[in-house]
Amino acid sequence: MEYESHHLSAAMQTGLGVYFFLVALMNAAFAHYCYRQRQDPVQSAIWLGVALLFAVHGVAFITHMDLVMPEAIKELVNDVMNPVSYFVIAVLGLVAFLVWRRFFTDPIVAWTILQVGLLFSGWSMTDYTFQQIITKPDNVPIVMLIFSVGFFTWLPMRQAIINDDRLARGEPPLEKLEEDKVLVWPDLVYTELICMVICTFALIVWAITLKAPLEQPASSSRIPNPSKAPWYFLGLQEMLVYFDPWMAGVVLPTFIIIGLIAIPYIDFNVKGNGYYTFVERKFAVSTFLFGFVVLWVVLIVLGTFLRGPNWNFFGPFEPWDPHKSVPLNNVNLSDYFWLYLLGDAIEGKGWLAREAPGIILILVYLLGLPPLLAKTIMRSYFIRMGFIRFFILVTLIQFMALLPIKMVLRWTINLKYIVFIPEYFFNI
Amino acid sequence: MALSEFIRGSQVWKSIFRHPAPRDRRNRVVVMLTNVFLHLHPVSVRKSGIALSYTWCMGGITFFLFLVETITGVLLMFYYRPTLEHAYNDILSLRDVATLGILRELHRWGAHAMVISIWLHMYRVFLTGSYKPPREFNWGVGVILLVLTLLLSFTGYLLPWDQLAIWAITVGSNMARATPLLGYEGPGAKLLQIGGVELIHSGSDARFLLLGGRFVGETALLRFYVLHCVAIPLAVALLIAVHFWRVRKDGGISGAL
Repeated sequence: MEYESHHLSAAMQTGLGVYFFLVALMNAAFAHYCYRQRQDPVQSAIWLGVALLFAVHGVAFITHMDLVMPEAIKELVNDVMNPVSYFVIAVLGLVAFLVWRRFFTDPIVAWTILQVGLLFSGWSMTDYTFQQIITKPDNVPIVMLIFSVGFFTWLPMRQAIINDDRLARGEPPLEKLEEDKVLVWPDLVYTELICMVICTFALIVWAITLKAPLEQPASSSRIPNPSKAPWYFLGLQEMLVYFDPWMAGVVLPTFIIIGLIAIPYIDFNVKGNGYYTFVERKFAVSTFLFGFVVLWVVLIVLGTFLRGPNWNFFGPFEPWDPHKSVPLNNVNLSDYFWLYLLGDAIEGKGWLAREAPGIILILVYLLGLPPLLAKTIMRSYFIRMGFIRFFILVTLIQFMALLPIKMVLRWTINLKYIVFIPEYFFNI
Repeated sequence: MALSEFIRGSQVWKSIFRHPAPRDRRNRVVVMLTNVFLHLHPVSVRKSGIALSYTWCMGGITFFLFLVETITGVLLMFYYRPTLEHAYNDILSLRDVATLGILRELHRWGAHAMVISIWLHMYRVFLTGSYKPPREFNWGVGVILLVLTLLLSFTGYLLPWDQLAIWAITVGSNMARATPLLGYEGPGAKLLQIGGVELIHSGSDARFLLLGGRFVGETALLRFYVLHCVAIPLAVALLIAVHFWRVRKDGGISGAL
């Protein structure tokens, strides 16, 4: 499609120039670290080269050369991105990170990924649409969220790998090496003081540079499109695509809270208390990473940056066109069963008869699956956990799995509802 | 006599700080025991427990941001009136004319930062397995604090009374009318009726309770204001006290057991 051409403002170009210079400085510092700490002149030279590349970017943008991201790249990214590919890439990314964790947590690899991200982000800012969405004041925290969650996923996994190697050799984890106690004054009190000073400083700089948003006065007649909840609830709002409000807005959030509180009581693994490890807690850590990083953070990013008018999906460089139409041809399970499978009429059936296939399916899923798992692949869990803990664990995971299951059903067979009883607002 | 020595030797100083400066081991212990704020800490901690790469400081930062929010929030309350007539204009004047209108920026960005820092705190506690016995209960308290932090942010979101505020809250609070049994569009609500009269309708359901009306209007603004400034902060303060107390009682700050 045609893209409107928007010239880059002078201020934005200068800002990007400064940004690229800062990234260049970061890389120079990293080159220094490679040389001094890692004694690796080759790596050091490489990162000095990267620093130079970013510095050239900086000069180009500060001198207002009107550089923009090539249209071909934007269109490629827009074409590749849709709700399915976005979520699948996120899941595969997490799996790859866990399987090849040794590779991904290597400082050089992690640094490379960060630099590619920073380069791409910088160039993306030359796009008008991208810029408009990213620089909305309330969206800035999500940029922080992306980078901080990335960093704080890398850091513990790196420490976990070091600890796992030590444990495999029969040594205690790193945290146990410094068992000796230190006085809180001065060691901790001063850390806290410095931390408070840094936070205060950062907050004041943030407050000076970025104005809090204030839009037009509230009006109950002018409905903005899209209407979005505050950013930290956008993962829940994204669930509305797949579930009715009673599930997405009430039942599933309740299960998230109950599930979180229940974690210490269903995690019977006594290992891994007080130190980073992956090998000793593979199931727990993988499940939590999937829940927090993919189902929470990744969906918030999706809801914030990639959902536009009518909650339609828009690629990162795709203008938010309120008239974009997406065909909706979703079908209920009862239609599939009665109309397509049996060729029977669906009218005239009471809701119980009509929805019996879906209801049976849900009952089998919630009540039949736990005993089946207890007898088969999760037998060892069942024996060690006992009936109640095991049942709670499986139920919680089943509710967590409802979202990805419904997503896959929607993408593959256009399934709208498994159970559809509008008479009682009971749609799943 | 140097001035500092004179001050430290005065009766006023000695009445406040009842022991010499914490320069030697004895007084570094004593200072933790004689100061009400410092005594939230133990006298000594495991060295590994306070390593930055281990704790990330996120719990502390969250608490610090809560204090920032309390102070800036109290100051903002001097300016802001939660009525349809004044709410928007008060925020407007904070932006354009009020001296120290930057308080609003500090409050808003501090709130966003607090949401992120409390998530990261939970992330760290999970990944170090610090919720395991004997800290199961405190993890639960932490989860409630996390939910309350989100609710604090959510209730505050409405107060500027601009388009961003009212529609974000409308989207959010619309969920309440789908509450099973208690929302008028929730599953099972129609079952609650006596002699054909429905108990749950748009004027009596969970959403009505939250908003004080059928839509986000003046009553909702007042309810969210009271929740935001009084009710939830009190609950949070109480639970923070429990949370910190239990950190001390359940084996101190986390570390390898």
